[in-house]
Amino acid sequence: MRKFKEFILNTGMRLAALITCGLLAFIIGNILLRGVRYITPQLLTTQTSYLNDTIGILPNILNTIYIIIVTMIIVLPIGIGAAVYLTEYASNRYIVSIISFATETLTGIPSILFGLVGMLFFTQLMGLKQGILAGGLTLVMMVLPTIVANTRESLLTVPNSYREGALALGSGKWHMIRTVVLPNALDGILTGCILSIGRITGESAALLFTAGFGLRLLSFFNALQSSSATLTVALYIYANEHGNFNVSYAIAVVLMLITLLLNLSAARITRKIKDRRNG
Amino acid sequence: MKNHKGTVEYFFRLIFLICGIAAVFCVLAISVYLLISGIPAIREIGLKDFLFGPVWKSERNQFGILPFILTSIYGTAGAVILGVPLGILTAVFLAKAAPPRIAEIIHTCVELLAGIPSVVYGLTGMTVLVPFIQKIFNLSSGACLLSAILVLTVMILPYIISVSETALRAVPKEYEEASLALGATKTETWFKISIRAARSGIIASIIQGVGRAIGEAMAIIMVSGNVANMPSIFGSVRFLTTAIVSEMSYAAYGSLQRNALFSIGLVLFLFIMLINGLLRLVSERGSNK
Repeated sequence: MRKFKEFILNTGMRLAALITCGLLAFIIGNILLRGVRYITPQLLTTQTSYLNDTIGILPNILNTIYIIIVTMIIVLPIGIGAAVYLTEYASNRYIVSIISFATETLTGIPSILFGLVGMLFFTQLMGLKQGILAGGLTLVMMVLPTIVANTRESLLTVPNSYREGALALGSGKWHMIRTVVLPNALDGILTGCILSIGRITGESAALLFTAGFGLRLLSFFNALQSSSATLTVALYIYANEHGNFNVSYAIAVVLMLITLLLNLSAARITRKIKDRRNG
Repeated sequence: MKNHKGTVEYFFRLIFLICGIAAVFCVLAISVYLLISGIPAIREIGLKDFLFGPVWKSERNQFGILPFILTSIYGTAGAVILGVPLGILTAVFLAKAAPPRIAEIIHTCVELLAGIPSVVYGLTGMTVLVPFIQKIFNLSSGACLLSAILVLTVMILPYIISVSETALRAVPKEYEEASLALGATKTETWFKISIRAARSGIIASIIQGVGRAIGEAMAIIMVSGNVANMPSIFGSVRFLTTAIVSEMSYAAYGSLQRNALFSIGLVLFLFIMLINGLLRLVSERGSNK
């Protein structure tokens, strides 16, 4: 009986792990199998034209890049600043716990709610038009905790002796942070960036009502204030509203490649950090 | 250290403080906005009729969200029932039994699963799972609660695995060694001692999975059929999240329908806060031990 139970658990464990990996292999395989052949130069370099009856996803690729740029430019200073405040300045435990509570809460809020509030706050209250700017600002709220957590973690690993050394040499606090603390926390900041970019690339629910559904090719500054669909939103539109699964699968391939690339680079940086800490 | 001379130092201190408070401001803004925009419709419809009304027909001004609430609860429960055993078994294998090389491969798989955008899950579900379910159960449409549950299961799996794994790895070696010394086999030790010792972390992983499942929108809108029925396993259903997505784009500005959608957002928010509170309770208990 004991042997039998053990056998069941052992097999179950291996089976579960196999299923997990199998699911991933199946999903990726299926996407590649059904999507790769629809990736044509025309798809990647043009915009959708109803006149010529052709579909192109260049606008959506650009929109995804635009929204990453906008979000990161805004969220990086705020997120790094918050982490610096938490590790270097905050002496009041009460404030620290409130800020930590807030970042944790933000992490758990579903993206559709960010989308709702983003729509209310940025487009209705602040009068922005649906577009990359409103979408980017919404995503700032969403990825802020990621940047704060990763930066904070790597700030905590900067040895206190560095700080004391700089201060002892007569440096001011800000000067010390700028020249000693932040440069040593760069890899954590980078990890935070990569994870955030991954989340932005994959996000759709928060962008539906803030960045919009537009499929036209726009320049960066025009896109800020006009409805612009990112790759994920475009995938949703083509699959759910146009029933065009071929294009959707082609977009899925592009999305998977980006995700893979980001994951690999994140893994590489984490390994580097680990090596350095051990070495 | 605390002697802040010079306006420069003071200025930067202030800047950093403002950055720090940004997150607090976001949470406050979200709570306040959802309350302000969610309450009017509830007032107009009546709390009881809104929460427990069994019929949602926006064209006839009937706004009862009981079907959405139940669907969200059933969907989440289904995903948890399927996902938790699978996730915990994988986590035990990953943290204890697997040789390092294999563990690394599984690890990468789990991370990639977590990184797949929800629309890609939706697309896969829509084009593979839905036709499959339709065929084996002989349904007129495979877009149903069951499909949504299966998609949600896969989506919460990586969270359950990675959080449980961390908890399992943190179990003190002495516990396991003591159990082995008393004659228990390795497998018995993992399942009787390690899992018990890592209990709070594993529960936290499940609660996080619940949070993810209840908040997911885009993947399940593509596989669940999207009709405001009372939930049944093979029926076309609508979740709290997908109800918002499916009507927001055409609800007229200032209409009761649009306000009712905000009220759904508020209900969803309250669910999430409840789950967050639970999570906090569990992790505090875990760290006090």
